[in-house]
Amino acid sequence: MSRIGVFVCHCGHNIAGTVDVKAVVEQLQRNGDVVFAIDYKYMCSDPGQQLIRESIEKYQLDGVVVAACSPAMHETTFRRTVSAAGLNGFRCESANIREQVSWVHQQDKEAATQKAIEITASIVEKVKGNEILEPLVLPLTHRTLVIGGGIAGMQAALDIAEAGYPVILVERHDHLGGRMAELSGSYLNFRAAPDLLEKKIQQVLSHPNIQTLRNAEVIGLSGYVGNFRVQVKQNPEAEETPVMPLDELQPLTFTFDVGAIVVATGWQPYDRARLPEYGGVEIPDVVDGLTFEKMLREGGVLRRPSDGKIACEVVFVQCAGSRDPEHGVSYCSKVCCMYVAKQAMMYKERVPDGQAYVFYIDIRSAGKNYDEYVQRAMTDYGVLYLRGKVSRVFREGDQTIVWGSDTLTGRAVEIAADLVVLATPMLPSRGSAELGQLLHISTDGYGFFNEAHPKLRPVETLTAGIYLAGVAQGPKDIPETVSQASGAAAKVLQLFSKDEMTASPLVASVIEELCAACGACVKVCPYGARQIHPIWNYATVNAALCQGCGACVVACPNKASQVRNWRVEQVMGMVDRLL
Amino acid sequence: MNAYTYYPGCSLESTACEYDASVRAVFQALEVELHELEEWNCCGASSAHSVNPLLALALPARNLALAQPIGYDLVMPCAACFNRHKSADHALRHDPERRKELEEIVGFTYQGNVAVRPLLEVLTVGVGFERIGERVTRPLEGLKAVGYYGCLLVRPPDVTQFENPENPSLMNQLLETLGAKAVEWSYATECCGGGLSLTKSSVAARLVNRLAERAREAGAEAIVTSCPLCQINLEMRQSGKQKMPVFYFTELMGLAFGLPEAEAWWSKHLIEPRPLLAEIKSLRRAMVGRG
Repeated sequence: MSRIGVFVCHCGHNIAGTVDVKAVVEQLQRNGDVVFAIDYKYMCSDPGQQLIRESIEKYQLDGVVVAACSPAMHETTFRRTVSAAGLNGFRCESANIREQVSWVHQQDKEAATQKAIEITASIVEKVKGNEILEPLVLPLTHRTLVIGGGIAGMQAALDIAEAGYPVILVERHDHLGGRMAELSGSYLNFRAAPDLLEKKIQQVLSHPNIQTLRNAEVIGLSGYVGNFRVQVKQNPEAEETPVMPLDELQPLTFTFDVGAIVVATGWQPYDRARLPEYGGVEIPDVVDGLTFEKMLREGGVLRRPSDGKIACEVVFVQCAGSRDPEHGVSYCSKVCCMYVAKQAMMYKERVPDGQAYVFYIDIRSAGKNYDEYVQRAMTDYGVLYLRGKVSRVFREGDQTIVWGSDTLTGRAVEIAADLVVLATPMLPSRGSAELGQLLHISTDGYGFFNEAHPKLRPVETLTAGIYLAGVAQGPKDIPETVSQASGAAAKVLQLFSKDEMTASPLVASVIEELCAACGACVKVCPYGARQIHPIWNYATVNAALCQGCGACVVACPNKASQVRNWRVEQVMGMVDRLL
Repeated sequence: MNAYTYYPGCSLESTACEYDASVRAVFQALEVELHELEEWNCCGASSAHSVNPLLALALPARNLALAQPIGYDLVMPCAACFNRHKSADHALRHDPERRKELEEIVGFTYQGNVAVRPLLEVLTVGVGFERIGERVTRPLEGLKAVGYYGCLLVRPPDVTQFENPENPSLMNQLLETLGAKAVEWSYATECCGGGLSLTKSSVAARLVNRLAERAREAGAEAIVTSCPLCQINLEMRQSGKQKMPVFYFTELMGLAFGLPEAEAWWSKHLIEPRPLLAEIKSLRRAMVGRG
């Protein structure tokens, strides 16, 4: 006989308003395995937890069932409570009589009470069979892999390195700095981006805890949080190895053990060939924002690419391809309203007599001092903002004609421009989807990496130990990118704050004598936690990877697969009790 | 493929009968079979699709049903007819619910074996520039013209699948093949306002005059089109002293092929093209020779 205690929570009126909690207590008291049952207003409150602790001692309980809210809410709370009273936490279970009973059956109190009794009784059956378990202890490698050497990757690497942990920074190109290195200036203060960046690059390169691999890409990943093994391929750099002719150089492959990964792979510009109505790539005087940055970086007066004449009329087209499902990009790239204002002002400083026009759908300048900045472009610099879309850009003689509409005056506008700058969308970097598959992290339809939760877990992925920083996760500007990178670094440091990792012991196990090595469980396991042992020829479980989902239990024809504390006899006992 | 099913459409039986005559003559000259679809019906443009989307698909779907057992690709000289038939074919191909509905209304089972193709594409790509070039006996040297596609032939690109819809080139390549000078301009796919020619003629006139003006600025003496509505609208709504003739591309093919029946086509034009044609050397020689 077990000695189980049942604690029925009122949750104020949440449960007690619908379920007759006294009747639940009364029914459960009749259960032979239940030595004590009681109801209380708020079981999760301090007095409620006290009641549980005292009862464990007083009645020598060897199992606890808390009939209250969903286990997602307070399972951890109550397990901690029973541990404090000296009982193994895994001998405590929650019976969900709130989300699954009182909240959904408010119209039928009698049936709700009956259902609450049955659910609680079935959980009593389960607890009877619960094993005493301890958390799994796993080793933890205190080294981080950062993929991408742009501002996001560098910031994350520096934050982690400063905290004293080694970082391997992998960059595909032969230089650090990423897209930010291509900018002429940053908005709000026009400070040249390369100057701002140079200091960061030097910090990274000279940091004793950061090992930078340029011309390198991640080509393989195995393992799990705390214990990843990554393979990195590095293409040789010509100038560093002048001894051999270039074509005889073989790429080098390195293998590293790391505990955490930060993905900061950034973005690439939209292909203008997809915008034939805006001249595609055929009109030399139509450029995209990044190309215009290059023109600004070259310094001096701005000239037309086609013939070198001074660009007296410049048209900026916002949302060129973005916010437009027809062109495959329905999202807003977020930074264009601001950088177009910056570019228009920088243009006016170079060509004071010139005229700048900006076609916009609406101005999205949310951010500290951002809207004031755009207003400055309009009032102090005389940039003409036209609210409407551009329908066509085409060549006429040596000029580029822009047709658009000004929806505020209701007129069609035609501008004979010297230069047209398209604010095209930011797309995820080439190869993002492939990298996502390699790392087992998901991407959205465009190839941006998915965060674990859009509001509350914006720097984590659903794969433990892999974090996101910068535009790889979605369009954002430099300050936002830097914030997210520091956020990702903080998550890594949180993981590294322990010497070892603990994990839930509620994972699958295999009864070796029953296993026929058919491999069904290997196929169904979504976490890659199963394999057939090459020598002993039965299925094994990697407890660190297993999430205890139970897919293997269902797939196994011999019932050799079991999840701890969800063993078949426990579940059958619960079903028997319910039917 | 050397045989096609021909869907002339209503305009080619009336206001654009010279287009129809030139199409048939050119196919004969190129020795390509052209079989008029028997019992064809109006495609519904542009009244049907303004009032009833289902009717607008069902009318052309019936023609597709008639063309299906013959198996030849379906040739459309008129841009509006092409657009409507291509839209119906697109719906039948990609929208299973619409397909079921249309099959029920028309009473057939869609097989998708017949491609709906614009005449311009059939002649230039299907038959090919090479065969056309071989047939040219009187190159149109000296004729400077702009190619004009209008809206319906190229838009919407997803449906029409037209080559390079923002900057098509078939018409220019054809003009060069015929020996004429294809003048570059940026208005080849701008709307002529044909749909408003009768209901709001001032808008149509503004659009037409802009096209004619820009063609003249570019150095052209004529506009070449493939759409009966564009042709009549461009000629009817042009104002001013100097008016620019508008040709169907098949008429110029007939001329370059030296077809005698070409003479009969010009009387249908609202802007007299003969003075311009008289300046073309090869034609003048022919006229002298015949005279």
